[in-house]
Amino acid sequence: MNAEYQLPEDECFVLNLGPQHPSTHGVARIKLTLDGEYICKAEPVLGYIHRMHEKMAENRTWPQFFPNTGRLDYLHALAYNQNYACLVERALAIEVPERAEYIRVITTELNRIASHMVWYGAFVLDLGGFTPLLYTFDDREQILDLLESVTGSRLTFSYFRFGGVPNDIDDDFIAGTKTFISRMRERIKMYHALITKNVILINRLKDIGFIPAEMCRKYGASGPVARGAGIDYDVRRNEPYSIYDRFEFEIPVYHEADSMARYMVRMDEILQSLRIIEQAIATLPAGPIMADKVPKLIRPPKGDYYHAVETARGRLGMRAVSDGSAIPWRLKLRTPCFSNMLIFGEACRGMLLADAVALFGSLDLVIPDVDK
Amino acid sequence: MLSYLNYLNDTMPCLMAILRLIVCIVCILAFVGLNAAYLVWLERKLAGRIQRRIGPKEVGPFGLLQPLADGIKLMTKQLFLPDGIDRILYLLAPMLVMTTAFMCFVTIPFGEGLVARELDLGLLAIFAFASINVLGLLLGAWASRNKYSMISSARVVSQNVAYEIPMLLVVASLLMVTGTLNLHDIVAEQAGGFWNWNVLRLNASPLMPVAFLIFFVCTLAETNRTPFDLAEAESELVAGSFTEYGSMGFGLFFMGEYANMVVGSTLISILFLGGWNCPFGIFPGPHWLFLKLYALISTVMWIRWTFPRTTFYGLLNLSWKVLIPIALVNLLITGALVKVF
Repeated sequence: MNAEYQLPEDECFVLNLGPQHPSTHGVARIKLTLDGEYICKAEPVLGYIHRMHEKMAENRTWPQFFPNTGRLDYLHALAYNQNYACLVERALAIEVPERAEYIRVITTELNRIASHMVWYGAFVLDLGGFTPLLYTFDDREQILDLLESVTGSRLTFSYFRFGGVPNDIDDDFIAGTKTFISRMRERIKMYHALITKNVILINRLKDIGFIPAEMCRKYGASGPVARGAGIDYDVRRNEPYSIYDRFEFEIPVYHEADSMARYMVRMDEILQSLRIIEQAIATLPAGPIMADKVPKLIRPPKGDYYHAVETARGRLGMRAVSDGSAIPWRLKLRTPCFSNMLIFGEACRGMLLADAVALFGSLDLVIPDVDK
Repeated sequence: MLSYLNYLNDTMPCLMAILRLIVCIVCILAFVGLNAAYLVWLERKLAGRIQRRIGPKEVGPFGLLQPLADGIKLMTKQLFLPDGIDRILYLLAPMLVMTTAFMCFVTIPFGEGLVARELDLGLLAIFAFASINVLGLLLGAWASRNKYSMISSARVVSQNVAYEIPMLLVVASLLMVTGTLNLHDIVAEQAGGFWNWNVLRLNASPLMPVAFLIFFVCTLAETNRTPFDLAEAESELVAGSFTEYGSMGFGLFFMGEYANMVVGSTLISILFLGGWNCPFGIFPGPHWLFLKLYALISTVMWIRWTFPRTTFYGLLNLSWKVLIPIALVNLLITGALVKVF
């Protein structure tokens, strides 16, 4: 499928897929050179929603940048919150209380499931099935209601603080989360029966849209895209941060490298996230939720700091350089969608337009995360 | 009243023929128009129920005036002509789609004597008009000078060519059993209980239920419904053939789609499900045809809101590698059985 597909230029035509197209999920634009419906060349064009997040960081104090982190990948905002909080805590050498770490893990994993639910609905929508979107959004709604009760927001979270979390979770939240876990397990069974086993879906995803491990390494793809290609890498296990090393969970890895493999990785990840939440709730310790010695004015000592987390889309790295002042000297964001999107240009060569749309959906891109 | 009509018929046959024609045209226009409008409402309501929503409910009781509101909206919008299009074809195409859908109803009998014009080759006429419908989509897509539409037009044509073959093969085998192309006679042969329906006439051909399924699948493909809605494929081709159409141009395409659905479902009911015959052989009448017709349409809608879309090569593979061979075998077996018995 991905074989080099060459044709004389004058027999091809250029089709602009986007920036306003139903299946580009926002403002992605792909310049496709097509021969009939076969793709000769695909160039992702970036920058339609570039908001200069990195430059913004250099113009505001460390805490002031916090809301920005929730607006990069708005679907898994809490992972970005977590990474920024961990980064600054590492720079300031703040010890986060146990309970706060647990709350962070519970909420971030809930947010991961919510993010996967949006992907799931949108992906099946790309394949022409409309109904699953409303089912998955129903599940997501349950999560958002839970998260709203502790964080106060539903999409662009800005919940964590340097040294802990501002609001504690209560019994209602825990009871609600437990109900959600059992509900979600049933729903996943239903999704598998209704969608995964559908013969049309299998025909559209199986053995189509190859992104082999070699290509993933070349472009720096991570997350479910890499794990669907057989690369057994997850920041939560390979470079444990927060308290992830205390929980038992598996990293789903599939070796087929097709769209179906990436699909299955995400479906299994939802179950693993449920497992993590379950364990975290069972062993949730009592205690404070904020560290004692957080300075009023955040001034990390001069130096170069890095922290990475696993978001729903892959490895997110943040590198901060501090000159000892209240404003970051430089903040570099390594967002997972950027690498995952660039892979599309090579992966879809020689494919049919319809399959390329399915491949694009299986990458699970959030365009504001690409453009930053 | 009836005697007076008979009297008029005897004295002025020409006038009565014209009168009958006008009444028939008005009835067909009203029937198709109402169906197209209210099937959209039905589809939205059904989709709502399937997706655990309510569906339209604000305009009128149960949202029943929604089609009216939609119609007013579509008609008051500007008929936008993009730059560089073929104006004549661009304007002609939606009309062509709608007109051919109307034309199909001319020979369709809805009950004993309830037909605008009874033709001995009625079935053939319907297939002929249905093919022109494809031409309408093709012309509209080609004339609107849009790359998405152009891809869609290529899809429409090859899809319909691929699906008309198994469809006609199945019809050919059916005709061997019925021996007539007259729709009224085909229904009359199926009188009695449901065991007389063509779909269950296993003594004529044991593959009759298979033929019914093939015909149903082909109807889905012919009317561009999910899982074969490749011409419209909104996640790939934005809106396919009618990407550039707005206002009532789009409205006509849209109505044409539903009108074709009615044609297809009516044809299935007449050819395979006994037309206006009751399943138990009592009180035959148009109400049975309408019952079967709307049950089929609801099934088509149910399929749409359940399944994802196939790909283009998946669709062609299904036609050329599965449906056509089975239809050919069916034709062969039916032919042999008709010859033997």
